[in-house]
Amino acid sequence: MRNVTIDVKHVTRVEGHGNISVRVTDGAITHLELKIVESPRFFEAFLRGRKWHEAPHITCRICGICSVGHTSASLKAVEAAAGIEVSPQTRMLRKLILNGEQLQSHVLHLYFLAVPDFLGVGSVIPLASTHPDVVRRALRMKKLANDLCGAIGGRHIHPIAMHAGGFTHLPQPAELVELKQRLEASREDLLHTAELYSTLRVPDFTRETEFVSLKIGYNGEYAFYEGDLVSTREPKPTDVQDYRKRVIESVVQHSAAKHCRSPHSAAYMVGSLARFNNNAAQLHPEAKNLAEKLGLRPVCHNPFHNNTAQLIECVHCTEHSIELIDSILTHGLKEEPLAKPTHFGRGAGAVDVPRGTLFHEYELDKDGTITQANLIIPTGQNLANIEADMRAMVPPLVASGMSREDITLRLEMLVRAYDPCISCATHLLNIEWEE
Amino acid sequence: MKPRIGVFSLTSCEGCSLAILELEDQLLDILGAVEVVNFREGMTERSWEVDVGFVDGAVSTPEDEREAKHLRESCRTLVAIGACACLGGVNTLKNRQEEKDYRAYVYGDRAAWFETQPARPLSAVVKVDFELPGCPMVKEEFLRFVQCALSGRSFQLPDYAVCVDCKKKGNLCLYEKGVFCLGPVTRAGCEAICPSFGSRCEACRGVLGEQALVTAGVNLRESYGVALEDVLADVQRYGAFQGNTLP
Repeated sequence: MRNVTIDVKHVTRVEGHGNISVRVTDGAITHLELKIVESPRFFEAFLRGRKWHEAPHITCRICGICSVGHTSASLKAVEAAAGIEVSPQTRMLRKLILNGEQLQSHVLHLYFLAVPDFLGVGSVIPLASTHPDVVRRALRMKKLANDLCGAIGGRHIHPIAMHAGGFTHLPQPAELVELKQRLEASREDLLHTAELYSTLRVPDFTRETEFVSLKIGYNGEYAFYEGDLVSTREPKPTDVQDYRKRVIESVVQHSAAKHCRSPHSAAYMVGSLARFNNNAAQLHPEAKNLAEKLGLRPVCHNPFHNNTAQLIECVHCTEHSIELIDSILTHGLKEEPLAKPTHFGRGAGAVDVPRGTLFHEYELDKDGTITQANLIIPTGQNLANIEADMRAMVPPLVASGMSREDITLRLEMLVRAYDPCISCATHLLNIEWEE
Repeated sequence: MKPRIGVFSLTSCEGCSLAILELEDQLLDILGAVEVVNFREGMTERSWEVDVGFVDGAVSTPEDEREAKHLRESCRTLVAIGACACLGGVNTLKNRQEEKDYRAYVYGDRAAWFETQPARPLSAVVKVDFELPGCPMVKEEFLRFVQCALSGRSFQLPDYAVCVDCKKKGNLCLYEKGVFCLGPVTRAGCEAICPSFGSRCEACRGVLGEQALVTAGVNLRESYGVALEDVLADVQRYGAFQGNTLP
C-alpha cells in the first residue's frame, strides 16, 4: 500500500491564504486538513460600540470580491434590527446591483481562477497571447458587471450609495438603457463561454451531502436577495430570523475561520450548486436551457459542477437584470429620502451571495449602538464539506496509482471549485503532502 | 527588460489587489509592459525577485510582520496600496478594544490558537517607498503610478483637499443639505467619488494634517453642531486618525 504526503502552502488562485495538508499511510488517510492561515479579522468584535448605520460600510470591507453581498446582508440585518421598511424601488435596485456582483464574481472565478487548471497553465496571463479572444471576452464580461455595480452603487468594491433605508444616488435612465443594451449584447459572450466550458472535462466525483440556500416559495424568483432557508435534506422553509436553528458554528484549531454543521449533517455545501439544487425550477428559461444542454440536473452531488452552476447563474443574472431594468424604467426612478429607524433591537439578514448564503446579525441598544454582532460566511460553511470531499476523494486516487502531483492538482481544483473566499471566512489555502 | 511586478496581501479584504484586475480596459496593455512574477490571488507561479511590489493589507499578526520584512528584502521598490497598508484601515478599530476581550468575543476559550497584534500600517514596520491610499485604492491613481514608474517620471499624491475636486465636478456641497463631510480635511485624488454618489467623505485617503483635523473638528462643533464623537467615528474608521480624542 502507498504512503503519500501532500503539503501545499498558500494555494494560489483563490482569495486569501490557505494550506492543504494530507498524509496517507498504507493507503489510508492518517491526517487531512484544509488549514486556514489568513489573519483573524475580528470584525464581530470591533463592530460593538459602532452605530447602526455604520455596519454596512464597515462590513463590506470584509471582502473586496463580495463587497456588495456583505453590504446587502448587513443592510437587511440592520433594517430588521431597526424596523426600517425600504421601498419597492430600493429592493429592485439592490437586486440589480447584487446580480452585477454575481456576474463579476462568477466571471472572475471561471476565467481567471478555474479555467487555467483545465487548459494546463498557471494563470490567465499566458492565455493573453495564446487565447487573446478568450481573455478579451472575459475582460469585457467582467467590465460590464463592474459597470452595472458602478452605475447603482458608485463602484463595485465597497459600494457608496447603498445605505440603511435606501440609496443616496440613483442611476440616470440613459445609463440603465445603455447597460441593458450591453447585457443583451453579452448573450453572445455567454454563448461562447458555454461553448468553451463544454469542452473542459469536469472531474468525475460524487459524495452525497446537504445543500443549503435561500428559496422564495415554490414559484417565486430564483433566490439571491431574499427568501427563507431551505436544504435538500430539509426542504421545509425556516425564517432567516431563526437561522441559528439551521447553522451551527464551531471553532477548530487548524482554521482561523469557524466550521459549520446543520441539524441534519456534519457538513453541508452552500453556493451556486446548492442554489441550483434547491431552486433550478425557478431559473430563467434561458438558464434552464443551458443547464439542459450541459446535462446538469438537480440534485447533483459532484462539487466540481459548482463551476457549471456558476455559468448557468451568469445566464440567469443577465436575463434577470434585463427584466429588472425594463421594470425600473417602466416605473420610473424617483428621489426617495432614506427610510428611518422605528425602533432598535435584534435582527438578522441573509443574502445568497456568489459563494453561498451569507448571514449578518446585530443587536442594537436603545441608542442604536451595536452591542452584539454575528457574521456567518459562505466559505466558513463550506470548509467542513471540502474536507469531507477530500477524505472521500483521496484514497481511491492513491489506490489508482495516480501521481502525487496529479492528486495535488486534483485537490487544488476541488478547493477552487468551491471558489473559497478566505479573507471573508476569517474573519484558506496551502496543500501539504507528506510521503 | 520589463520590470518584474509582484502583488501581495497582508491582513485585508484583498479588494485593492482585485481593483488591479478591474482595470479591464488597460489590463492587457499593462501585462504587455511589465512581467507579473508573483500574484497569489491570480497565478500559480511565485518568484521573490521583484522590482516593484504592491502590498495591500495591514500588519496585524506576527506572521504579517515577518512577511512585511521579507517583502522589503524581496522588492526593490515597495508600494503600499489602500487604506489598510497606508493607514491600518478598518483593522485598527480592534486596537480600540482590549486584546483579550476582542479575541475571546470571536473565538471564545479557544482564542489562544490564533495569533494577533494591534493593526499597523506597513510603514510602521518597514520603509515604504510610495503610498496609494483609499478604501479601496483609486484604480486611476494606480494607473498613473505605473505610467510614471515605466517612464521614469516622479510620482506625487495630490496635496490638496477632496473639496477641490468636488467643486470642480459641480457637486452640491453636502453641508448645504445638512450633511457633514470630511472633504475639507481629506487628501484629494479620488474624484470626490463619495460626495458624487450622495455620501459624505469619511477620510479613507487620510487627512492632510492633524492641524487641519483639529480646526475642522472645532468648526464642525461650533458652526454646524456636529458632535465630536460623530467626527471621531468617521476619522477613525479607516485609520486616518489613530488618537482617541480631538481638542
